[in-house]
Amino acid sequence: MQGYLRKDGRKGIRNYVAVAYLVECAHHVAREIVHPHREDGAQVIGFPGCFPNVYAQDMMERLCTHPNVGAVLLVSLGCESFNRFQLSEAIEASGRPVETIVIQRTGGTRSSIAAGQDWVAAQVEALKGQETVPMGVDELIVGTVCGGSDGTSGITGNPAVGLAYDRLVAEGAACIFEETGELIGCEAIMAARARTPELAEELTRSVEKAARYYATLGFGSFAAGNAEGGLSTIEEKSMGAYAKSGSSPIDGLIKPGDIPPRGGLYLMDVVPDGEVRYGFPNIADNAEIVEMIASGAHLTLFVTARGSVVGSALAPVIKICANPESYARLSEDMDVNAGRILSGTPLAEVGEEIYDLTLAVADGQKTKSEALGHAEFILTYKSFEPIGPACLPG
Amino acid sequence: MDTPTSPTAGVLLRLHAADNVLVATGPVGPGPTPVSGSGTLELRAKVTLGHKVAAEAIAAGAQIMKYGVPIGSATDQIPAGAHVHVDNMKSDYTPTYALDATAGGDS
Repeated sequence: MQGYLRKDGRKGIRNYVAVAYLVECAHHVAREIVHPHREDGAQVIGFPGCFPNVYAQDMMERLCTHPNVGAVLLVSLGCESFNRFQLSEAIEASGRPVETIVIQRTGGTRSSIAAGQDWVAAQVEALKGQETVPMGVDELIVGTVCGGSDGTSGITGNPAVGLAYDRLVAEGAACIFEETGELIGCEAIMAARARTPELAEELTRSVEKAARYYATLGFGSFAAGNAEGGLSTIEEKSMGAYAKSGSSPIDGLIKPGDIPPRGGLYLMDVVPDGEVRYGFPNIADNAEIVEMIASGAHLTLFVTARGSVVGSALAPVIKICANPESYARLSEDMDVNAGRILSGTPLAEVGEEIYDLTLAVADGQKTKSEALGHAEFILTYKSFEPIGPACLPG
Repeated sequence: MDTPTSPTAGVLLRLHAADNVLVATGPVGPGPTPVSGSGTLELRAKVTLGHKVAAEAIAAGAQIMKYGVPIGSATDQIPAGAHVHVDNMKSDYTPTYALDATAGGDS
């Protein structure tokens, strides 16, 4: 594998120009700036809210200094509360080219788009010349998510990702699994895999917090399509989702934006701390993907059964289809057909395919969603307390 | 990567020895249906891919076991071979949300 070396020592598997809107009012301008360069590595990210939020500020800082990002253009309307000065300083300190366009000072929409497109064009050219360096599996951070799950997820795609995770962890990669709201019912068996009793307690508490949070909101992390595909309860869905974590010991619990300190298996607690506010913890799969990217994930293994078609900005998404009927309908969007396990293909063979594809994509091969131009991104309001010392035992 | 798989008739999978439900690997039933590894089960209805059927009679209130762990409780008496889903079982944590048009397994 080859990667792009950054000033902080981390290496990227892509070299994107990120164009970040700092309030929804600047979204259109950011999108138009990216449009002519969207196939040359320019991508839109951003935060829509006008009110300040520590989590969103931290997330944007992590995302703009992600190893897959080579340069950043900030697009501000001018009157929003987002601290563009702090964000710009953090990007500059990371050694990346950064520029800010303030629409209210640049003459409006048309002139802001023109100025932005000029800057992005120059950065795209400059990044093309950047040399790559060798990169090992032990420098890779991988995330996994499932979306549009059904009764096949837990017996095909998710355990196949679990096998790939076991091998990646054994070879020194940092692997993240998440969505504590979809681990409800698994807390005891999961806690038994923790490195220390104190970490086990933290893992259990994170799932209990999720159960309380969702109970307050009145819904589990469960969509209508889950039931159509044979899942009856959140705990049934959870057992299937949990299989993505494989069988390695659990080395730590992190929250969005915390970067795994070394290789190993990490649970990401995505449910906010404190009283319930701002609505559902993760309004759609891409919110979770963005949080793992903020924690340094270079790419995401996405297991879908009903058939999600999404990709992501900033980090490639490998889509693993658990359901053979969905694969037959949506093969143009799917990278791996894990549903063939139901017709006799050994689970280990599909696990191997996912592992091999992970390394190939890390080395530059485009995923289906990348080739189709998918670059979804969503970031909403949340609030977290920092993790405690028991979460990352030495 | 191989060619797309078209829906084929399924069998019933037992995921764990302690389970009282089996999972369909494709459209199955009604009638006698092969259980992967051991014999057949008489299904009372058509069941689609990924859905569950009762491996044995399950009493109202009893735990539904899948993957060797409880995934909820029966809300009704469930006879062997019946479809087990949101109409006859419930979560022991948070209620399940399903659209009426998507909750069925026999379409």
